[in-house]
Amino acid sequence: MNAAETTPPVLLEPEADDAWRGVAAEDNEDISSSVGLKLQARSRRLLRRLIRPQRVPALLAAGVVVLSEAAFLLGPLVVAYGIDTAVPALLAGDAGPLVFATLGYLASGIANAAGKAVFVRLSARVAQSVLLDLRSQVFTHSQTLSLSFHQKYTSGKVISRMTSDLDALADLAAEGLEGLISGLLSVGAISVTLLVLDLDLGLIALAAFVPIFVATRWFQRRSRKIYRRTRSAIASVIVQFTETMNGLRAVLSFRREDRNKAIFGKFNDENATANGDGLVALAVYTPLVRLFGNLSLVATMVIGAVQVIDGTLEIGVLAAFLLYVRRMYDPLDELAMFYNTYQAAAAALEKISGLLEEVPGVPEPTDPVPVGDGGPIAGHIRFEGVSFCYHPDVPVLPTLDLDIPAGQTVAVVGATGAGKSTLAKLLARFYDPTAGRVLLDGTDVTVVATRELRQGVVMVTQESFLFSGSVADNIALGRPSATRREIEAAADAIGASTFIRALPEGFDTDVRKRGGRLSAGQRQLVGFARAFLADPAVLILDEATASLDIPAERAVQHALHTVLTGRTAVIIAHRLSTVAIADRVLVMDRGRIVEDGSPDTLIGGNGAYAALHEAWRESLL
Amino acid sequence: MSISVQATTESNARESPTCRTPPAVLARVPAVRSLRRLYPYARPALPALIGSAITATLAMLCGLAFPLVIQQIIDGPVAAHDRAALWPLAGLLLALGVAESGLFWIRRMLSARPIMRVEAAMRADLYDRLQQLPVSFHDSWSAGQLMSRAVSDLATIRRFMGFGLVFLFVNLTTFIVGVSILLALSWQLGVIIAALALPLVALCYLYETRYQVLARRSQDQVGDLATLVEESVLGIRILKAFGRSGHLSRQFLARARQLRATELRKASVISALWAVIIAVPEIAFGLTLFLGIRQVADGALSAGTLVAFFGVALGLRWPIDSIGWLLAMSNDAASASQRYFEVMDAPITITSPEHPRATGSSARGHLRFSDVHFRFADAPASPDLLRGVDLDVAPGETVAIVGATGSGKTTLTSLVNRLYDVTAGCITVDGVDIRQLDLPALRSQVSVAFEEATLFSASVRENVLLGRPDGTDQDVLQALRVAQAGFVHDLPWGLETRIGEQGLSLSGGQRQRLALARAVVGSPAVLVLDDPLSALDIHTEAQVERALRSVLVGTTALIVAHRASTVQLADRVALLADGRITAVGIHSELLDAVPAYRDLLAGREDHQASRASRASQPSTRTAQVSR
Repeated sequence: MNAAETTPPVLLEPEADDAWRGVAAEDNEDISSSVGLKLQARSRRLLRRLIRPQRVPALLAAGVVVLSEAAFLLGPLVVAYGIDTAVPALLAGDAGPLVFATLGYLASGIANAAGKAVFVRLSARVAQSVLLDLRSQVFTHSQTLSLSFHQKYTSGKVISRMTSDLDALADLAAEGLEGLISGLLSVGAISVTLLVLDLDLGLIALAAFVPIFVATRWFQRRSRKIYRRTRSAIASVIVQFTETMNGLRAVLSFRREDRNKAIFGKFNDENATANGDGLVALAVYTPLVRLFGNLSLVATMVIGAVQVIDGTLEIGVLAAFLLYVRRMYDPLDELAMFYNTYQAAAAALEKISGLLEEVPGVPEPTDPVPVGDGGPIAGHIRFEGVSFCYHPDVPVLPTLDLDIPAGQTVAVVGATGAGKSTLAKLLARFYDPTAGRVLLDGTDVTVVATRELRQGVVMVTQESFLFSGSVADNIALGRPSATRREIEAAADAIGASTFIRALPEGFDTDVRKRGGRLSAGQRQLVGFARAFLADPAVLILDEATASLDIPAERAVQHALHTVLTGRTAVIIAHRLSTVAIADRVLVMDRGRIVEDGSPDTLIGGNGAYAALHEAWRESLL
Repeated sequence: MSISVQATTESNARESPTCRTPPAVLARVPAVRSLRRLYPYARPALPALIGSAITATLAMLCGLAFPLVIQQIIDGPVAAHDRAALWPLAGLLLALGVAESGLFWIRRMLSARPIMRVEAAMRADLYDRLQQLPVSFHDSWSAGQLMSRAVSDLATIRRFMGFGLVFLFVNLTTFIVGVSILLALSWQLGVIIAALALPLVALCYLYETRYQVLARRSQDQVGDLATLVEESVLGIRILKAFGRSGHLSRQFLARARQLRATELRKASVISALWAVIIAVPEIAFGLTLFLGIRQVADGALSAGTLVAFFGVALGLRWPIDSIGWLLAMSNDAASASQRYFEVMDAPITITSPEHPRATGSSARGHLRFSDVHFRFADAPASPDLLRGVDLDVAPGETVAIVGATGSGKTTLTSLVNRLYDVTAGCITVDGVDIRQLDLPALRSQVSVAFEEATLFSASVRENVLLGRPDGTDQDVLQALRVAQAGFVHDLPWGLETRIGEQGLSLSGGQRQRLALARAVVGSPAVLVLDDPLSALDIHTEAQVERALRSVLVGTTALIVAHRASTVQLADRVALLADGRITAVGIHSELLDAVPAYRDLLAGREDHQASRASRASQPSTRTAQVSR
C-alpha cells in the first residue's frame, strides 16, 4: 500500500542548468547555494517590481514614522527638561518652563499618536495595494498557463500558491513594515548619537553588532531552509485537502476515510514539524540578539562607570549612554521579528515568483495578426504537416494533413488513443503542434490573438464543471454580454430549458444550493447551451454528448441541424448517432486518418467505418 | 441546548463584575465566548502556555529592574567614586541581562512545539469531521471556504494562542505591577495613571463591536477568493475553451478589491483606536509631569522619586500601546474560531446506529425500496424528487434504471449506500433497513461506480482496492479484466504507477474503466453502477459488457442506463418517471408496451429501424440513417 508514496510521478527531468527556473526547484529543499541565490534574487526582483508603483505612499509612510518616532523619543527629553529646568525655575517663581514642559510633552504625545494613526492607514494602503496587485497577477498568469502545465502542477498546488503563500506575504505586509522602518530608524539614530557623544564608549556599545551579525547570518541560512519546507508542507496539506473534498462521494463510498486520515495526518504533522523548527530557530535567534545587547549594555556600564570614577568621563554622558543603549536594543528585537516574517514571506515569494516565471506553453502572440482578411471568420481549417507528441519518444500524431472547408460538418471516429482528442485540442489551440501549422482561414492560429481565436473557435468537452452562481450565469459564460432573453433562447434551442425551468428557481437556481445540483447529463446540456450562446464560427464537440440520455441527445442533434448551418464543426463521438449529421467522416487510427469520405459512402464500403457502424447498430438493440 | 445555556450564564457571571456589555453587543457572539471554545484544544499546550506567560512576565520584570539597578550604580559607586562597590552591582546587572535573554529563550522554546501541535490537532479534527459530514453538507459549502478555515483561520488562532494570549497576560500583569510601583512612589500621581484604565476599557469594548464585524467579513472574503481560485483551476478547460479567463479574472479582481476595502476599513478602525490608546496615556503622563514638577517645587516630592516615577511610567508605554493590536488579534482569532466551529458543529446526520443489526454472515443482497421519498434538505419548499419508489431486486438479479434527464436516477443510486438518507419510506438489504446497519459494513457490501470517475493520487492498485485494502493482486487483475483495463499493464510501472492528479493523467475512458474495476473488485453483495460505460468507445463497451455479464451472474445489481446496450446487461428494467417506478419489465416488452420507455431508449431512427426489422433480421442495413 505504500507504493503510492514511493512511486515517482512521471515528470520530465529538468535540464541541470535550468533546475531553478519556474517551478522546477519547488519540491527540492537541498538546492545548491548558487540556485538558492538565483531564487532569492528572483523573489527580490518581484518584490521590487511590486513595491515600485507604491513608492510614493511608502515613502510618505516612512516619513510619518520618522516624525512619530521622533516625537516618541522627544518624550523622555521633555521629562528631563522638566525635572532639570522647570523645577528650579518654579522655585524661582517662573512657571514658564513648567507650562512649556507640560505643553511640550502633550504635543509630543499627541504627535506620536497622530503619526501612528496616519502610518497605520498609509501602510495598510501600501500593503493592500501590493497584495491586490500580486493576487491578480498570479491569478491572471495561472490562467494563461497551458493545460499541460496545470495537469502536471496539480490544482491543489496552484491553490496553495494563491492562498497560503499569499497569506505569508500578507503577514509581512501587515506587521513587517512598521518594525522595519521604526527599527532601522531607532538603531541608526541612536548609533550615531552614541558615537557623537563619545567615540570610544560608543564603539564598545555598538560592538554587539558583530556577534548579532553572525547570529543573523546563521538564522538566515537555517530559517530559509526551514521556511522553504513549510511552504512545501502546507502545499501538500492543501493538495490532500482539495483532493478529498472534490472526491468526497468516492471517499465515503469506498471508506477511504481512515487511509485519508493517515495521509493527511502525515502531511499535517510534517507541516507542524517544519513550522515548529522555524519557531525553535527563532527561539534561539531572538534571545541571542537580546543577550548580545544586554552584554554590551553591561560592558558599557562597567567601562563607563570606571571611566567616570577615573574622572575621564562626565557622569551625564554615562547616564545618557545607558538610556540610549537600552532603548536601542528594544527595536533590535523588532528588527529580528521583522526578519523572521520576511524570511517566511521570502520563501512564499520564491514559490510565487516561480509560478509567475513559468512561460505559457501556448504563448499569446506578441504581434497578433487578424484571422483571414480581417472580416468575420469563415471557418476554413487546414492542418499542414502537423505532428504532435507529449513526450519526445511517443508520437501521438505522426504527420497530419487535413483540409476542412468552411461550413463543413466533420465527424472524427476511431478507437481510444487514436488521436481524435489531440486533433481537437490542436485546433482549439490548447496545445501547439510539435511541427507543422494549423491554419484558420489561412492564418496560423499561433499568431492570432487568443481573444479573437476563442471567439471564433469553441470547444465543448465531456467535462461538465459548473462554476458557482446561477444556471443562467453558467450559460452566460459563453458570452458574458448576452441578455437574459438570449440566454433562455440558447437553452430553448438545445432543449435544456424544460429541465431548467423545472428547477426551484428556474434559470436563477444556484447550482450549489437549494436543489440546484445537476446530473452529469444536465450539466452537459448547460455546456451545450453555453456553446450555442458563444456563437463561434468553428464548433468542436469532443465527446460532448456522452452523458446525455437518448431524448436529450436527440434534442441536441435536432438543434445541431440548425445550429451547424453556416458553421464549421468537428464532432468527436463514440456514439455514431451523433456522427449521422456529418457531411464527412474521418476515421483515425494511431494518429493517422485511415478513411475519409461521406458517411453513406463509407457505410457502403467495407472499411473500418462500415465495421464500426455495424457494431454500433447492434449495440442499439 | 442546556449546555449552551449553562455556558451563557457562566460567562455572564464571570464577566459582569468587570464590564457592562451594551445592548447592541448582545446580538453577536462575544469574542470571549468564541475564544473559550478553543479551550479543549489549548489544554494540552496549557502547561507550556502558562510556562511561557510566567517566563515572559519574569523577563518583563528583569527589564523593569534594569533601570533601577543602573540608578543604583550611578547614585552609588559612580557618585561616590567607589570602584569596589561597582562590581556587585555590575554583576547583578549582568545576571539580569543573562536571565532576561535566558527567559526569552525558555518562553519561546516552551511554546514552539505545543502550539504547532494544537494547530495540527485542530486541523486534523476538522479534516476528520469533514470526512464524516454527509454529502448534503458538502453540496452547500464551497471547498474554498472549507480550505480557508483549515489553513488561514487556524494559523490566526495559533498565532493568538502562542503570542496574543501570552502577551495579553504579560502586558496586563506589567501594567498592574507598574501601576502598583507608581502608586507606591506617589499615590496622587499614580492614581492619575491608574484612572486611565477606565476610558481604555470602555474604548476597547466599543471598538470590539466595530472590529469584529470587519474581521469576520475579511475572513469570509478570503474564503470566497479561495473558492474562486479553486474554480478557476478546476474549470480551466472550460475557461480556456471559451476564452473566458478574462471574465473570471475580472470577477476575481472585483472580489480581491472588496477584500482590500475591508482590510482598509479594518486599518482605519485600528488607526483610530491606536490614536486614542496612545494619546490617552500621553495626556495622563503630561498631567502627571505638570503636577509632579509642582509637587517637587513644593517639596512634597523628591526629584529622585519623580525621575524614578517617569522611568517606570515610560516603561509602561509599550504594554499600553500593544493593547491595540492584541485586541485586534483576539478579535481575529475569535471570529476564526467561530468559523471553525460552524463546521465542527454541523450535525453528522448519517451515522451508524447505536446497536447495528447484522445482516448475517452471508449477505445475499436482496435489495428492496419501499415507498422511498427523497427531497434535498436545503430545498424544503420544492416537491419531493422521489415520491414513493417501490422496487424489489431479488438476490443475484440485475435491474436497470431508466429515466429522463433529471428524473432522479443518480439520486436513487446514492441512497443505497447512504450518501443521502431517504426522507420517507425505507430501503432494506436482506430485509434489514439500511439505517439499522453498521455504516462501514453497508458501504463495503454495496459497491458503486459513479458517472464521473474519481481517482485518487495513488497507485493503480490502491485505486482499485480502495474499498478492499485487504484484496490480493489476483483480485485486482480479475477486476481489471472485467473492466477491460488492460492498458494498466502498459503504464510505466504497471500496477504501481501513480495516477490521479499528482501522477499520470488518464483519459476519460481509462478513468471510467478503473472506477468500474474498483466497483467490481472482491465480488460485492450489491453493485450500483451509474451509467458506467458512457465514456467508452463501442468496441471497448462491447468487451466490458461481455466481461461484466460474468460478474453480474449472482450479484445483485442496480445499473443506471442511458443506452439500450447497457440495458441489455439487466434481467429487468425499471422506468423512473415522476418520482416513481412507473413500469418494470423486460426490455423488449417495455419497448413494445410503454411509449415513455420507447421515447427514452430508442432514438427516432433506431425506433423506426427496430419496427422495420422486427419481422426480419435484427441488424440489416436497410434502415437508413436519417440525415
